[in-house]
Amino acid sequence: MSRNLILGACLSSLVVLAALISFVWTPYDHAALDIPAKLQPPDAQHWFGTDHFGRDMFSMIMVGARTSIAVALVAVGIGMALGVPLGLTAAARKGSWLDELIMRGNDLVFAFPSLVIAILITAVFGAGAINAIIAIGIFNIPVFARITRGAALSLWEREFIMAARVAGKGAARISAEHILPNVANLLIVQGTIQFSLGILAEAGLSYVGLGAQPPTPSWGRMLADAQTMVGIAPHLALIPGFAIILTVLGLNLMGDGLRDWLDPRIRVARA
Amino acid sequence: MLRYSLKRLISLCLSLAVASVVIFAVIEVAPGDPASFMLGVNAQPDTLAALRAELGLDVPKHERYFNWVGGMLTGDFGTSYTYRTPVSDMIADRMWVSLPLALYALTLSTAIAFPAGIYAASRRGKPGDIAVMGATQLGIAVPNFWFAMMLVLIFAINLRLFNAGGFAGWEDGIWTGLHSLTLPAIALALPQAAILARVMRSALLDILGEDFMRTARAKGLSRRQALWRHGVRNALIPVLTIIGLQFSFLLAGAIIIEQVFYLPGLGRLVFQAISSRDLIVVESVVMLLVFAVIIVNFLVDLAYAAVDPRLRSRT
Amino acid sequence: MSLLAITNLSLSVHAAGILKDVSLSIDPGQIVAVTGESGSGKSMTALAVMQLLPNGARTAGSVLLDGKELLDRPEAEMCALRGASIGMVFQEPMTALNPVKTIGDQVMETILIHKAMPKDQAQDRAREVLTRVGLPPDKFPLGRYPHELSGGQRQRVVIAMAIALRPRLLIADEPTTALDVTTQAQILDLLKGLVSEYGMGLLMITHDLAVVAGMADRIVVMRRGEVVETGPTRHLLANMRHPYTRMLFEASSHQVSLPDATGRAPLLALNGVVRDYRLPRTKLFGDPGHHRAVDNVSFTLNRGERLGLVGESGCGKSTLTRAILGLEDVQQGQILLDGQPVFAGHRPNLEVRRKMQVVFQDPFGSFNPRHRVARLITEPFHLLQAPPTGSERQDRIAEMLTAVGLTPEDAGKYIHEFSGGQRQRIAIARALITRPQLILFDEAVSALDVSVRAQILDLLAELCAAYDLTYLFISHDLSVVRTITDRVMVMRAGRIVEQGETEQVFSDPQHPYTRALIAAAPRLPDFGRGAA
Repeated sequence: MSRNLILGACLSSLVVLAALISFVWTPYDHAALDIPAKLQPPDAQHWFGTDHFGRDMFSMIMVGARTSIAVALVAVGIGMALGVPLGLTAAARKGSWLDELIMRGNDLVFAFPSLVIAILITAVFGAGAINAIIAIGIFNIPVFARITRGAALSLWEREFIMAARVAGKGAARISAEHILPNVANLLIVQGTIQFSLGILAEAGLSYVGLGAQPPTPSWGRMLADAQTMVGIAPHLALIPGFAIILTVLGLNLMGDGLRDWLDPRIRVARA
Repeated sequence: MLRYSLKRLISLCLSLAVASVVIFAVIEVAPGDPASFMLGVNAQPDTLAALRAELGLDVPKHERYFNWVGGMLTGDFGTSYTYRTPVSDMIADRMWVSLPLALYALTLSTAIAFPAGIYAASRRGKPGDIAVMGATQLGIAVPNFWFAMMLVLIFAINLRLFNAGGFAGWEDGIWTGLHSLTLPAIALALPQAAILARVMRSALLDILGEDFMRTARAKGLSRRQALWRHGVRNALIPVLTIIGLQFSFLLAGAIIIEQVFYLPGLGRLVFQAISSRDLIVVESVVMLLVFAVIIVNFLVDLAYAAVDPRLRSRT
Repeated sequence: MSLLAITNLSLSVHAAGILKDVSLSIDPGQIVAVTGESGSGKSMTALAVMQLLPNGARTAGSVLLDGKELLDRPEAEMCALRGASIGMVFQEPMTALNPVKTIGDQVMETILIHKAMPKDQAQDRAREVLTRVGLPPDKFPLGRYPHELSGGQRQRVVIAMAIALRPRLLIADEPTTALDVTTQAQILDLLKGLVSEYGMGLLMITHDLAVVAGMADRIVVMRRGEVVETGPTRHLLANMRHPYTRMLFEASSHQVSLPDATGRAPLLALNGVVRDYRLPRTKLFGDPGHHRAVDNVSFTLNRGERLGLVGESGCGKSTLTRAILGLEDVQQGQILLDGQPVFAGHRPNLEVRRKMQVVFQDPFGSFNPRHRVARLITEPFHLLQAPPTGSERQDRIAEMLTAVGLTPEDAGKYIHEFSGGQRQRIAIARALITRPQLILFDEAVSALDVSVRAQILDLLAELCAAYDLTYLFISHDLSVVRTITDRVMVMRAGRIVEQGETEQVFSDPQHPYTRALIAAAPRLPDFGRGAA
């Protein structure tokens, strides 16, 4: 295992741990207002300082991690659950109208950035964390469909797939038995990357008010709140920013490390 | 070449048509009647009917769709529910903030990423490569709007080199306009440049393993000559794909970053429209954004053909 | 003084020894062939001369070009030598050219990079060398892109690039391995002609001993990074001293004795089979056009018979194979196995599929890397209505693995634990496990080293005796088909141009194409009785 993988896994698990602990314990109630203690810089009492309402930033960061992780994780789940079968189908029926339809549909979804989807959903149904999940999730579908199709297509050319066809196995069975296990590594790596992109996208959507709504804490909204005070209390912007950066960095390092670790070609060369 | 371009053009029109249907359908799902929303609960039935007729809401859905699309083709985007002014006027001003910002950022990001990616690939595994890769790893992790806030904090609030926000407009010359878009463009471009530089590097490294690179070396080209003469152009093919994708991220990013710099762009317009439930404005802005993304991807497709002769002759 | 003198060259990459004390020399106008099986270090020797070794390579010994040492030359000086004094031709013409640059630019680049002459003269020189290699500019303008040329034409461009500056030494690394026999013969003639015309030295790397015997003035035989034997071609062929050399030459012309073909009942019958592919449209409006890959093919394969199908790449033999296997439907005609169509109502007929199996070419791509051997070879059980289970299944696995020369314990291993030859044995076990009536061998020994190929051919002959096999053996390699089949068909441009008893067709070919094919195939001299 590479240093990248270990460092990335440590950073990511730190964030996940913080999110999990926040269910049972936070230093303060993340929603408790304490106006006299507002805008305090980090000290021994409030490790990350307090915001303009005197809320404890450390507690808010912990609870905010929950939102970020939940949104990004479910969005990756949506993307995989719909995108992978679509990609497998398109590859199995390469060149057919079905393949064409799936790929053109993919192109179409790519023309709608997550933000645009979120704008549409919010305009129609109102704001909320669910919007962010759906918007990011929809954007993830073509990502997974495309990467699955690409990898599956090159596998379909391989002779062991021909052998399976000669053994009378149908496209669905071959996809499940031979194709999917051989693209799984790739999907794990891409899943990690989409997870980190999801964290970034969620922060962006919350920042412009299209994501989680008060009182649910989220890193993006903490930054939106900090904006007018960034000159007098920089820690309001710095701390949520660092939380996002470290999480995304951790996930990306983990993705890169996993790619190297799971790639059989590299592993064989190392052995 | 002609056939290829025509094929892409047809696919462009199809994408636009389907996208417009999707956008129209989603907005149609929205509960409530815009006319009664505009006039309030106590409106008279006949004034309501008059307004509905004025807004073109009294005809069947499919007819309304064609009226909407037909209107857009002639530059008529309808009338804002809140301001009662033509949507096209509202969009026209704002568009000249958001689009230039996205394009400015795209240019910056490409200008930074190409040299960085090529440099890193040519020094694979050496300290220069490791430094560039480390920087890009960090760059990818930074949310652009947060980076924008940091730029404001440093360059506007502390160093006072730029205004913290607002847009000077294009009337005082292109440089004044560009100056007020520079900080936002940098904030947008750097994280994207990090991604693009990584793609450029890995595309080049893939190309370096190709047989024709060995052929080039056997002709007497040095490592660097082979990289520049044979590597870069081949690496452009995957890089162009990413540039096309990036434009949609940059456009979306531009809309978010306008909030940091208080820029009067499409972002402000659309967020105001959402809160005032001015759906026709939302609908038009979204269509415009999708239109821009599809057009840019069409241009990227044409650029492919310019780079890759195999595409040209397949036509 | 020799043009190139390699003395005690040793090479290691990341501490793994690749070459050990390799010595050879080339005089101007001489062709020296370095031969050996994969892993012998023959290509690395060539790359060491070019100083284009992978990272982490360390060399010792001496490589003298015109009496001057190459091993300690600075990179800048090597760049000046490469292309100007040493030219190199590679194996894979399809990927050796930059796809986004014209052939003229790529040939001119050799000249311009060495600043040998101004641009307009360089262009004239490019035209001249392209004409010399058989691509006259009136038919092949300098503005052509590589994808517009065939494999053989691309290899000519690569040769033109290598000889544009009339280098003193030309290195050709398996220059014809990726080409068809008729193209191979032309390229070999071209290389021979260039050597005598320009007085170049040619260092030719090839695994094909027949090519070696027909081309080289001297032969260097390598094994595992060492030279085992070297000498003038005729002399070496007449008196092979090293057992490895002898084994190599024997394996190259390996003959097996098949048991007599039994039975006369037809098993596979093709009747006027046509397979069309739609071509991509070339005009905006108008008919997209068709490519007829298989054109009115009819033949019968009898039970117990071993039938060969030979032809060059693109002749339609792979398409025909897929059609017989029922993987693709045909547009016209009928394919009947044991009286039943392989495709019934545009659906593959499972009843029929049960009776056939196939062995593919690539021993590395033929198996799912994530499954164990037991699962891999029992995959065809999927076709059976009542596949064996429990101990019966175990027995079948053990029997098949033993039959192909492996052990029952191998069932628990993964495919990456086996060598290429062993994998091909496993592929045969997979094909045999359902006791099919017909087996298709699709270039099944083409990717193997000669010594391994000989063993697999022996195994086939044994299996013929033990299981009374009926097979269709598809290959581009005439010498293999000659020994392993009873009857042979020659395919060209989708049609069967000649068929008959194998020996009859090879000794007295009727169709001009068959004659050309046989004439083009390089032959090993009858070394057993000495090549005097």
